[in-house]
This record gives sequence, structure tokens and C-alpha cells, in this order.
Amino acid sequence: MRAGITIFPGINRERDMAIAFRKVTGKPPRMLWHQETDLSGLDLIVIPGGFSFGDYLRAGAMAAHSPIMGAIRRHAERGGYVLGACNGFQILTEAGLLPGALLRNASLRFLSMDCHLRVERTDTVFTGHYQRGQVFRAPLAHGDGNYSADEATLDRLEGEGLVAFRYATEDGHLAPEGNLNGSARAIAGIFSGNLRILGLMPHAEDRVDPLVGGTDGLPLFEGLAAALAA
Amino acid sequence: MRIERATSQVLATEFGLTPDEYARALAILGHEPTITELGIFAAMWSEHCSYKSSRIWLRELPIEASWVIQGPGENAGVVAIGAGLAAVFKMESHNHPSFIEPYQGAATGVGGILRDIFTMGARPIASLNALRFGDPVDPATRRIVDGVVRGIGGYGNCVGVPTVGGEINFHPAYNGNPLVNAMTVGIAPAGRIFRSAAAGIGNPVVYVGARTGRDGIHGATMASAAFDADAAEKKPTVQVGDPFTEKLLIEACLELMETDAIIAIQDMGAAGLTSSAVEMAGKGGLGIALDLDLVPLRESGMSAYEIMLSESQERMLMVLDPAREEVGRAIFEKWELDFAVIGQLTDTGRIVVRRQGRVEADIPLRPLAAAPLYHRPLAAPPAPPPFDPASIVDPPALAPALLHLVGCPDLCSRAWVWDQYDSTLGGQTVRRPGTADAAVIRVEGQALALALTTDCTPRYCAADAETGGAQAIAEAWRNLTAVGARPLALTDNLNFGSPENPVVMGQFAAAIRGMAAACRALDFPVVSGNVSLYNETAGTAILPTPVIGGLGILDDARQAVGLALSPGLELVLIGLTAGWLGQSLWLREMKGKEAGPPPPVDLLAERRHGDFVRREIIGGAVRACHDVSDGGLLVAIAEMALAGSVGVRLAEPPADLAPHAFWFGEDQARYVLGVADAEALLAAASAARIPALRLGIAGGGDLTLPGGIAISLAALREAHERFFPAWLD
Repeated sequence: MRAGITIFPGINRERDMAIAFRKVTGKPPRMLWHQETDLSGLDLIVIPGGFSFGDYLRAGAMAAHSPIMGAIRRHAERGGYVLGACNGFQILTEAGLLPGALLRNASLRFLSMDCHLRVERTDTVFTGHYQRGQVFRAPLAHGDGNYSADEATLDRLEGEGLVAFRYATEDGHLAPEGNLNGSARAIAGIFSGNLRILGLMPHAEDRVDPLVGGTDGLPLFEGLAAALAA
Repeated sequence: MRIERATSQVLATEFGLTPDEYARALAILGHEPTITELGIFAAMWSEHCSYKSSRIWLRELPIEASWVIQGPGENAGVVAIGAGLAAVFKMESHNHPSFIEPYQGAATGVGGILRDIFTMGARPIASLNALRFGDPVDPATRRIVDGVVRGIGGYGNCVGVPTVGGEINFHPAYNGNPLVNAMTVGIAPAGRIFRSAAAGIGNPVVYVGARTGRDGIHGATMASAAFDADAAEKKPTVQVGDPFTEKLLIEACLELMETDAIIAIQDMGAAGLTSSAVEMAGKGGLGIALDLDLVPLRESGMSAYEIMLSESQERMLMVLDPAREEVGRAIFEKWELDFAVIGQLTDTGRIVVRRQGRVEADIPLRPLAAAPLYHRPLAAPPAPPPFDPASIVDPPALAPALLHLVGCPDLCSRAWVWDQYDSTLGGQTVRRPGTADAAVIRVEGQALALALTTDCTPRYCAADAETGGAQAIAEAWRNLTAVGARPLALTDNLNFGSPENPVVMGQFAAAIRGMAAACRALDFPVVSGNVSLYNETAGTAILPTPVIGGLGILDDARQAVGLALSPGLELVLIGLTAGWLGQSLWLREMKGKEAGPPPPVDLLAERRHGDFVRREIIGGAVRACHDVSDGGLLVAIAEMALAGSVGVRLAEPPADLAPHAFWFGEDQARYVLGVADAEALLAAASAARIPALRLGIAGGGDLTLPGGIAISLAALREAHERFFPAWLD
């Protein structure tokens, strides 16, 4: 797998992502400055978390207009894979590569805590190493993670099986106490229609080491490495 | 333009210079000052920048050890941690701004301490804080807590440095004067530390980072005066933070530091361009000429005075190798930050400042840097109200006392606060807030980890500053030990009232005496720090609050232990219990008394008990560990049970102590260990002549007291977690 990690000014979880990818591939991913436009040779483009351009407009809004986003759009149109986590998810929705929007958390506070994610679908390159219905823990750390879309879009996402992960309780139930940021239909992550783009709010990349909170996030990266091995 | 004598005298007073200091400035200049010169003297000789009241006492603190690479005097302290790496760390206060404007005050406090760390070439890897607020009943306290927590999170989360620990206390003495002390730790190659002493006559002086505006003008002077009732009118002296720009500044500076372009570097903190220019040239024994027309400005029409005294954030001053100037420019342009050569180093020994072709300041550096040094009068602090333990005739039952204590503002869960700070960023957080006595952060790519803590017990310091000073250091050392770390060094933040009050200076001197003794006994030197005086409003001083930021090391991060119990573990107490109730939280919360002397600190016992506990942790015998501090033994056990979500069945305590004294006394030098084999641990303790006592066993869903009264974990948790959300959401 040849992965590239996009660096916008203000992105701050690029090192975490690089560690996770190095762990499963044994080699460092390519780091991509936001003004680069040549993504040739890369299977997977990763947009990590942080505060791109300070998120002083809407979260992800400025980054969505960076030169590299045009290249990422073309990469996606060619059927390339894209992973956006946290700010990366926000950027993908702002760029129109995924539907919906991430609004302020329902509590109106920044939240940094572990959440439980329920895996909704496993026949994708991102989730192939999880079991359907499996619940895993991952930290979330965001102020704007409250997924929102109009009812028709939410119905379509569910109808087409494009919901990747939902916030759940430890035993896998959907309940308000598990849905920490108040997301519509407890959505924590979604796929594009071709299942090749994944956006999610929590940080699976910070759960790849038994010493640092456990390895619940590792299957995401191992699954990618196995599916995209070349 | 020089100002007239009459005007300049009035201005000098307004700027905070005493008549003597003003006369001294006049003698140095040999003529009436310009307003810029007067502003520079006032800023450099402010308490905040010059430490003029505290310097003679700070000399008493031990600052050396074989692992210390840089002690006090630079932007931060530096210690060797092995693997060719160094930890760079410091703590700094932002108390006054946080009262005036809590969000920005706290946010810029975080930003300021971060700059002190990456200025020295270190990538910041973790931040902590120590917060003191007024009475929770006061509506102003609620607003300040909410703003400070949002400010710390707002800046730290965005700038991309995890906030991994801290402490919070409440006391009416902080009404109108909260304390916001921020600490940051970074990692650098041990052989590549950047310092501030300028070198090379003719070398360019380069300004990088954010533009200069009118915010924060004379902030250092504000921080060096007590508040009157009109404190809110000082809002324009508070700076505004931009964590995004700071993030860019971190990356650009670290990228430039990979080259050999930087000769000296200094962040622009308190007193802005004035202190950075004076300190860099002064330390290098050179002169400096600045042309303020070249300073990137955010607002038009700024005067020399405003530019020199602005405390706009996210700015740095550097001296570059002229051959590498373009390398630097390219890096800063890539990060879309301003990069401007604003002057040169000279051989004059003077700082010369020009604006629009006119010399606005021309001051010899050596006498300017030699700020006044005061040996302020001292008075013995008053003794606390007496307390006779025998006067307690009707102690409340243990169970209701415990439920009250674990829910009181000083002991309740801080989860509401931590949950707003990104603590996992960086992917190296081995122990998150609330899971261990110290945060444990692995060094990326290494087996080793740092342990970090902030500590102070102000009510002990108020009752007996010498004991309180020693206790603050002992507790920090204990918290590092309790995760298995070897304590290496500390940074301090000495928050006190007005130095012009002899009682406050008496407390200050006594606290230093206690600290120095503890540093020596525990081989725990001070490598950096900050003094914040004039913490009083309308004549009422805060409790003396010498906050300690401790740093320790684990050679193997896997050896770290937390405080969570698991079923089947046996609990063993290390250390002696005399049932000391003076200044205890039990006495305050259950009897409404802040009385008696604080618990004595036996430094020899601290050392012996701690060294034993650490050896047992590293040897693998200990699964959980918690030091016994605020609230005493039963509170410590309850916290361990809650952290592990498992009950505990307690054994009968020794018969010679009243139960409330045994379970809630705050005797020092104690730890509770959770071990799989209590017999083996007791044998090891006995062999080492360390006092040890079996306390009970973990299991089930209740905390069962001696005699059989059971408190469900659910009830305990409800009591523990209620306060913050109920108060602030």
C-alpha cells in the first residue's frame, strides 16, 4: 500500500497517522504539503485531524479549497481511496466528497474521551478486519463532530449501507448516552457511494499500541494494508 | 522626543517605577527620558521581568545535578533523559490576565509557555496546568472556571499539544485573583539546545511570527501590581491568542532549527520586543540597533513606545547567521509567517531604537539589565488557629463523611475538565488524566516515558509556609514515584501576595527554605521557574501557592502503573499513620475548621518510602499505586476503587487510633499499593525496615468499611462525579 498523508497548515494528528501506517506497512507514508497536486503512485490519501487553517471559518472550509483538494477529487474520481479522520472528515464534507456536515457538539463543548464505535459494514477495504456489529473503543477529540444531514440524505446513507460506524454503548446498543456529540442517527463515520472514501470523527490512529490505550484501531489499518497490498 | 521632568515623573509612577527607580533610570540616561525609554525601564524593572523582590531568595534553591543540562536563567530548564535526548520544561503563570478575561488569559498562558519550550529547540509533547479558583458559591468563580477551562482547551487542542494533567483547588482567598499556571514539556536532542545569548557583531536581528498590534501593552507592569476594584477596566492590557499561528510558528522554528542558521533565539513574552531584545543582546555582552519601521505591524500609526511594549502573541526574535538568512526566509514564507530583519547586533553595549529615522530610545544595556534588587522586610506569618484533636468528640460516621469528601469541590472528579482537553493527541499518552498519580507520556520512537505532575497544597502553606513548601515538592516527587518513575527535576511557579507586605515576604522566604530542604533530600533540583507576586485584590492576598511541576522518567514505559484496582488485588499501606487532622480536608469539610499546623514532612521517610515503592513497581510486584494526600487514606482507596470499577473490603484498622483520624488523617510519605502477593510485599518492606500495613482486598461492587457497612460503587461514583457538571453545564 502506498499511502500519502495530507498536511494543511494547522493539521496536528499527522504524526499519529504516520505511526499507525508505519506500524502496518513497515514504511513511512509520504507526507503531502497542501500545495502539491501530483498524487500519482498513491493508493490511499489520508487527511488527518487538527485545525486546518485554524478552523477559523467553518471547520475544514478553508482546506477544502486548497490546491491539493482538486488533486484528491481527481484521485477519487479515478476510484482512488481516501480516508479522512476528524478534521479530515470535516474537510471531505466541506469539499463535497462526502454528504452532510459536522456541526458543534450538542453539549457545545469540546469533547475528549473514549467512545464506543459499532461497525456497520465489513465488506470494504477500511472495515474488512472488523466483524459486523463489533464494538471497539477509540478516543474522540473534537468540538464539531455532530453529524448532520437532511432526512433524505440520512435515509439514503442508511438505505445504501453507507454508514460505516455508529456511536454505541459498550454492549453495542444505540442510546443517547453512547452518542456523545449528538450526531444524527448516531453516525460516527460514512462511506462514499463507491465505498472508497471513508470519513470518521474518532481517532482509530491513536489506538494501535497496547501500551497507549489498546489496539482497537489497528484492524482499520491492517485491513487497509491487506486490501491494498501491492 | 524627551519628555519634561514634571510629566516624566508622573508617567514613571503610572508605569510602576518608584521614585528611587526613576532617579536611577535618570542617572543611567543622564537626561530626561523619552516615553519609549521610560516604558523600557518600567517593563524591564517590573517585578514580573526583573524578579527584584524574589531573586535573593531564589538563590537558595538547589539547581544542580549531573543530569541537568540547563538550569534557571534560560527560557526553560533542560535535563538529560537518555537515548541522547533531553526534556525541556517550564511552568509560568498567567494569573492577572485570567481574572480580567478568563478565556484569553488562560489561552495565552498556554501559548506563552509553549514558546518557551520550542524556543530552545524542543518539540512540545505535553502540557499541564495548576489552577486555583475562588469560592464556588461566588457566581464570578463559575464564569472564571468555565472561561479558563475553555481557554486552555481552545488553545492547546488547536495548537496540537496534548494537555495531560493538572490540578484544581478552590478557596475564597482566590476570589478576584485566580491562579492559572501552565507547564509544557518538550523533547530535543541533548546536544542541540538553542539559547538566547546573541553573538556576532553585525548579525541580523530577525523578527518572525505574528504581526505586532496594540494588545497587551504594558502587560508585565499589570502583572506586577495588585488589583483594585477597577480591575475589569484593565481589559485592554490582556493579549489575544491565535493557536493556529502558534502551530505554524512551532513547525517553522523547528524546521529552521534543523539547519545551522540560528545563532540565538528568544520568544517575545512579557514586555515583548523590549525584553527579548534587551535579554539577547545583554546576555551576549553586545549592543543592538532596531529600526521599528521594519517591524511587521497589524495596525497603522503605532508609536515606538507601543511597538516596544506590545505583548502581541506568537512572535519570536532570532539572531541568524547572515549566510543563512535566505534559508530562514524561505521556511517562514512557506509557513506563511512574517519574517523581517529589524536590526543588527552592534558593539556599542546599548539598545538603540529608531522610528521614522528618529532615535526613540538609546540606553546602555548593562545597567538596564542590572535591575534593582530588593531585600524586602520580612515578618513572621501568623500561626494558624490552634487545633486539639481531642476536641473532636462526635466525629460523623465514616460512610457519610467519605461520600461528602469525595464529592466536595477540592476532591471530586475532574473528568468534566479533562474531557475538554485533548489528552491523546500524539499517540504517546500511556496514562491519561485521572488514571494515575502522574501523567505518563512515552517519547516517540523510544522505550522510555516521562512522568509529569503539578502539585501544591496551599492550605498547608498558609498554615506553615516552610512545611508547605517542603510538602509541595515531596508530593510532586511522590506522584512521580507512584507511577514508577525516577524523579529528575522540577519547575516551580511561586504565586504569592504583595512583596511589599512583610508577612507575604516572610511566607515567601519560609516556603523557599522548605522547598530547598526538600530538593536536597530528594535529589530533585529546580531547573526553571516563575515568580508571580502581587496576587491580591483590595488588600487581601491569596494563599501562598508555590506550585511544583515535577518531571520523572521511566526507562521502560511498560513498567508504569496507574491507580486502578482489579479484583483480587490486596491493598497494602506504605508509611506511618499518626492520624494527623490539622489542616486536613476532613477537618475543613466536616467540622468547618481550617486549623492547626499541617502534617509534618519527614524528608528522610519520604525518600526511603518512595525509593522502596519505586523499586517494587519496577520489580513488577505492584499492579496499582496511589499516594495518600488530600482527604487521607479512605479517599485514596475510594479513588483507586472508582478508577478500577471494583469494590474493596477493608480490614480493621489498628485499635490505637480513632477511626476518623486513621482513615482521614493526612500524614505524609504514604502510598497505597495494590499487589497480587501481599505476603511477599510485607516481607520485602520488613526487610527494608519500611512500615507497611495490610488494608484489605479488592473485589465485588461495594466499598465495605470495617464493621461491614457497604457503600456501593454506584453511590460513590455518583457522589464523586456530581459537582462539576451540576455546577457548570
